[in-house]
Parts: sequence; C-alpha cells; structure tokens
Amino acid sequence: MSASALKATAILPGRGGIGGALSDAFWRKPTLLLFVLLTPPLLWLGIIYLGSLFALLVQSFFSIDEFSGLVVREFTLKTYGELLRPANLDIIVRTLTMAALVTIASAILAFPIAYFAARYAKGRWKAVFYLGVMLPLWSSYLVKVYAWKLILAKEGILTWIFDKLHLTVLIDSWLALPVVGGNSLSVSPTGTFLVFVYVWLPFMILPVQAALERVPSNLLEASADLGAAPRQTFLNVLLPLALPGIIAGSIFTFSLTLGDYIIPQIVGTSHLYIGMAVYAHQGTAGNIPLAAAFTVVPVVIMGIYLWLAKRAGAFDAL
Amino acid sequence: MPHAVSFQKVSRHFGSVRAVDAVDLEVEPGEFFAMLGPSGSGKTTCLRLIAGFEQPTSGHIEIFGETAEGVPPYRRNVNTVFQDYALFPHLNVADNVAYGLMIRGVGGTERLREAEAALEMVKLPGYGARKPGELSGGQRQRVALARALVNKPKVLLLDEPLGALDLKLREQMQDELRLLQKSLGITFVFVTHDQGEALSMADRIAVFNHGRIMQTGTPEEIYRRPKTRFVADFVGSSNVLSPALTQRLGGPAEWASLRPEDIRLSTEGAEAVVTATSFLGSATRVTLDLAGEKLTVLHPAGAPVPAPGAKVRIAWDKAALHLMGPEA
Repeated sequence: MSASALKATAILPGRGGIGGALSDAFWRKPTLLLFVLLTPPLLWLGIIYLGSLFALLVQSFFSIDEFSGLVVREFTLKTYGELLRPANLDIIVRTLTMAALVTIASAILAFPIAYFAARYAKGRWKAVFYLGVMLPLWSSYLVKVYAWKLILAKEGILTWIFDKLHLTVLIDSWLALPVVGGNSLSVSPTGTFLVFVYVWLPFMILPVQAALERVPSNLLEASADLGAAPRQTFLNVLLPLALPGIIAGSIFTFSLTLGDYIIPQIVGTSHLYIGMAVYAHQGTAGNIPLAAAFTVVPVVIMGIYLWLAKRAGAFDAL
Repeated sequence: MPHAVSFQKVSRHFGSVRAVDAVDLEVEPGEFFAMLGPSGSGKTTCLRLIAGFEQPTSGHIEIFGETAEGVPPYRRNVNTVFQDYALFPHLNVADNVAYGLMIRGVGGTERLREAEAALEMVKLPGYGARKPGELSGGQRQRVALARALVNKPKVLLLDEPLGALDLKLREQMQDELRLLQKSLGITFVFVTHDQGEALSMADRIAVFNHGRIMQTGTPEEIYRRPKTRFVADFVGSSNVLSPALTQRLGGPAEWASLRPEDIRLSTEGAEAVVTATSFLGSATRVTLDLAGEKLTVLHPAGAPVPAPGAKVRIAWDKAALHLMGPEA
C-alpha cells in the first residue's frame, strides 16, 4: 500500500464507478438488495413451479371423452371418481403401504447411524461418515437399481451367500409367503422394498443426524441425573428432540417412494404403483386428467401427513 | 455417621492429562461445600465424578457410606444443577420440574402438585405452563434448582450455578441459595471459580489447582491462613512475599502472605514507590514497588491518595504477616 493511500481523513472517498454507487445504494437500502436477489427465484418458484402445479390441479378436474380419447375441458369430478375404482384404489393402497414401510424401515436403520455420527464421530470419522452416506448418491440411480436387480436375482450373490450358509430355506420360505413373496427376490415386493430403502436411506440419515447434532449432550446427562435409565432418556428426551429430523427425513422417503416409477418397474412384480400409473396414463394411454388426478394423491397425502405431524407436536422442539 | 461424600485417592485421567490427581476429599452431611479453583483445575471433574458422569481412573468414592464407582448416574440419589441449566426445551416448566418424578412413576396430578410446590420454593409460582425458552437466565436457573430439589436428593451438586447471571442477581441468588440450603438441610456441593462467591456462601472450601486439592478449610482459614502461595494468591489476591523479602522486612526466610487491606501507608516502616493507583469506589488500590517486588495496598476511601512515582512508607500489624514456610 502506498503512503498516500494511508493518508488520514475521517471519511474515505467513494470507490467510484457503477460498482461503488451500487454498493453504497445497497448499503443504504438493504431491502433493495433483497428485492434484486429474490425476484428471479421468486418468479421461478411462482410461475414455473407453482404455476405448473396449479395447471396440473386444473387438469385433474377435466375428464376424457371415452370415444374420441380427447380431453374435455369442462370441470367435473368424474376423473376423481375413476380413482376410486377397485383397480386404481389398489394402486394407491399398494403405494401408500410401500411408502409407509420404506419410511419406517429407513428411520429405524438411520437412527443408530445418525446417532453415531452426531455423538461420537469426530474429524476424519465424520468425513468418512459423510462420504459413506453421500457416495451412493453420486452414482447413477439407474445403475444402482439394476445392480440391485442382479444382487437380488435367483442366480445373484444374495442367493449364493444363503446357499453357502445353507440357509436357502429362509429365502424360499419367505418367497413362498403371499403378498410379499414371488419367484425370486428381484421379482417380489420384498425386492422393491429393499431397493427403495437402499436408495432413499441417505435422505433419512442426513436430517436425523442434523437434528441429533443440535441436541446438547448435557440434556442427556440431565435426564440420567434425574434418574432416567438409557431407555427412558431415549423415549423422553432424545426421540422428541430428534423428531423434527425424523419427520423431515420421512417427508423425503415417503414422498420419493410415492412418486417413483422406475424402481418398481425394474425390481418387483408387474403390479402398478402410483408413479407407474401416472407414467402409463399420460404416455401410452394419453389420459392426462387421470394421470393428473393420480399425481394429486401424493400431494394430498403429504399435506395430511404434515398436518397430523404438526398436531402431534412434532415441530414443537424446533 | 458416614461422610456425605468421600474421595479416597481418586484420580481421573484423560489420556495423559491428569484432570483429577489422587484427591482425598470429605464432605460432611448438611454442609455447604465449595470447590474453588481456576478453570482446568479439576473441580468440575470432581463434581462429575460425584454425579456419575465420569468414572474414576483409580481410587474409591463413597456417597453416604455407599460405594459409588461403577454406579450409573440414574442410580445415584444425587442431583445436579448444570452450568447452563440443561432444561429440556420440548417440555414446559412444570414438566421439566416434574421430570424426575415422572421417571420414578409418580402419577400426573401428584407430580404436578409437587412441581408447583418446588416452583413456589424458588419463587416462581404459576410459571409451570411456560416453555424454558420464554424465561430469563435467572428464572431458568431457578427452574433448574427446582427440578433438582423436587427429587429430595441426598447431595445437590451445583456447577457454577451463578456464572451466567449479572452481578445484582448473583448476589441475591447467593443469599437465597444459602437460606434454601440451611432450611432444607441437604448437602450442597458447589463448584465455582469466583473466590468471593465461595467465601461468602460456603461452610467449607476446597481450593483446587492442577487436579489436586491445595487446601481445605473454612472460608476464614482459607482467607487468613493460606497454606501455599497459590491459595494466598487465588483467594482474595493477597500479596505473596518471597523468602528474601520477608527476611528483609524483619521476618524469617519464608514465603509469606500479606492482605492488601492489612497494609497501611504510614510515616515509618519500609520504603516503597507508588507505581499505579486505581479507584475502586469503597477504596483505592495502590500498587507499590518494594525492593523490586510488586505489592498492592487497599487504601481506605477518604484519605489522600499518593500519586504514581511518590515515595511512601508502609506498615502493618505483626499478626497480619502470615508465614507459609520456606517451600510453600
């Protein structure tokens, strides 16, 4: 720095130019900066995102002319009525059950991992944790799903391992069960479930870990100090405080399962899930209104779920 | 009658760090006992050893005559008031206070009644429905106190309970804590780095340094007759005189302590040079240079204060010079 730059005046001269004028203006009016920064994303969110959602909602109130196959642009609840047909209702119930089971399994698997990462992992182990959780997200989703198809196939590694352990009878008797079973794991609902849990698990681990990280360890000590055995501390302190994280994670796992159409197509039975139904109706069948109505189902279910969670006090600890 | 808390050669090492190093300690039932020391001196680790959050590396701990090592915190009839209160953020004040009762299976109405009684005791009646986040620091501290006391513990542990409060509130809480302790008759063990707090509240004090207890005694003993240079310096910022200086001033060649308030500026006695003065309100602290050693004098308000650079003479009663031996 030259000596002249250090010359002491109480007020420094302006930086000059457009940049200088802008920074001065933004400093004087912080709301201006906020406006400039927020307008593009709000336009995106408002028009493209919410707008298309609204368009979808409108579409679902149209119906299709059964003879010509053209969309009738008149408001009707006929399409929603079609949702209630046994075949379609089946799809909804199947998808909902799968989403709920996947969410519960993810939460049970994620909690110990997240707990370890939040409480015990330090420095390098923390990096290993993040890498371990995130790494699967870096590779292609399709590749992972096809890899699982091979793992679960009749000639796959899982069958081979069970065979070597002389436990093939376990797989066979499980596959012989109604509803969850099938010819092999890769064409059974159990296979679909396993792949769903594998693919969405990171989305449960990360928010639960973030929530557990925010629980001060002295709360756990205070609970023990007041006479609570570990199980009581878990139920009365740890779980309630981690609940917002579990809810956040379950929003991911639940809604991702509700909307997915690739996994059940590659691994599992020929039964449809909501995502597959949407895909079929808006594509080959050309029934856009019914596809839209199917899409509204997960939106409504998620709305109800969040409302119930809020009423149950899941967000009180936030 | 067994001691309320007794440590026999208790050590707690963290790797190569000896947080607590072969400590012997006895706390009597019904006593208000303070553990005083600078940060990192091992006083908080000792508290955590009593609570059960830490286990000793070696040694033996007894609480009311019963072996405590290996016993988890939830099986000790000991409760803690945490430094930052550690109130459960998802529970309201009443449920926080009633937590220990809830854990022990006391019914809903019964435990809420007891919680309200405990809140009344700490002068927060009717606060049960609020969330901890809506309370001030002083109020949270009272809730933490109620939450611990409602369980009627054999020993109440307090970890720097007044550290986060402002001066006025702190003084008020000191009085209240003392009254509460005397009326309940519960043994209080109380950790602080504030020597004034320890002196004014405790029946007995243990002064900690480097994981060891330097001295245990009544506030009067600790203040008047410190055994080591560290205690003399830490408790009440006494003047510590080197053996050479003590000898020069007419004593034996031993370390000695001399309270700033026991020295007066006089017309006769040892000569010293004023290096600085600072006004404290009720007195003026005068820093002197006496034969190359620093000496502070608490000079009463009202009397004329010498300017820095002035030559003064100092005197004290013979009894005020406390000898600590040649190796203190």
